[in-house]
Amino acid sequence: MITLGHYLVVSGMLFSLGLAGVIARRNIIIVYMCLEMMLSAANLALVGFSRFHLVNGLPDYTAQSLVFFTITVAAAEVAVGLAIIVALFRSKQSVDVESVTKLQG
Amino acid sequence: MPPLLFYLFALITLGFGFLVVTGRNPVTCALALAASFVGLAALFLSLDAYFIGVIQILVYAGAVMVLFLFIIMLLDIKTEEGKKLNLPAIVSGVLLAVLLTLQIAAVVGSTELARKTSQDTPLALTEAATKIGKAAALPTITNDLKAGTLPDAKLIGFTLFDQYGFHLQVIGLLLLVGTIGVVVLSKRERSAP
Repeated sequence: MITLGHYLVVSGMLFSLGLAGVIARRNIIIVYMCLEMMLSAANLALVGFSRFHLVNGLPDYTAQSLVFFTITVAAAEVAVGLAIIVALFRSKQSVDVESVTKLQG
Repeated sequence: MPPLLFYLFALITLGFGFLVVTGRNPVTCALALAASFVGLAALFLSLDAYFIGVIQILVYAGAVMVLFLFIIMLLDIKTEEGKKLNLPAIVSGVLLAVLLTLQIAAVVGSTELARKTSQDTPLALTEAATKIGKAAALPTITNDLKAGTLPDAKLIGFTLFDQYGFHLQVIGLLLLVGTIGVVVLSKRERSAP
């Protein structure tokens, strides 16, 4: 039988995959994709808790409203982030994270 | 949802997620991420969150992934070939991910709450029709509940506009600021004086 724990473990594994990608990958665009994966993993945990915490016999819609806000912020973040990547590519001709060392002392 | 379908969609989500992290070609990664999000949307549907599942597909698998692919095509990024792998980063990334997974699994395994199944917490739709407070004044919601269907989008809309009206306006402002920021960032600068 599928329990809340199953969903939470899947969510945790997806988050860990994203975290590993953010740390190990050097292509900025792929780092960004992994960030999106981590946000979605958090959404899965929220929706799971929403379904298994019933309020008056219905799922807890406060959690799902939070997921709605998260998805909106993630969409805005992707738009701004990709614009920054394009600006970076124009000045460096590269999307490698190691090419951006201007702030290094 | 039958357990088999849960495992199938969890496998799709995690398998394509793994491909995103390990793929060498950015286009492969982007398409794998889209497939992973479709699997995740199916998991949302299995949790009776139909509205969230649909906007997951529309916003993530649709809009966000098209934006990613568009930028990859625009910048004409080649596969990272011949480059040495960044071994310390990979080792620490994998180690940290494994540790985090084990930690989450341990916490989940020791929590009573995590053993709830959907049989323990069945949706009580017809009973809920009389208990939902202010929303009971809306016949469109109560009629759906009495008919035994879950008016998912209507209830989220009611929650958003009833309790989080201000937050919704802040989000609207955030999107506006984001749009202006993108236009400013992508404007080609005049040659510096």
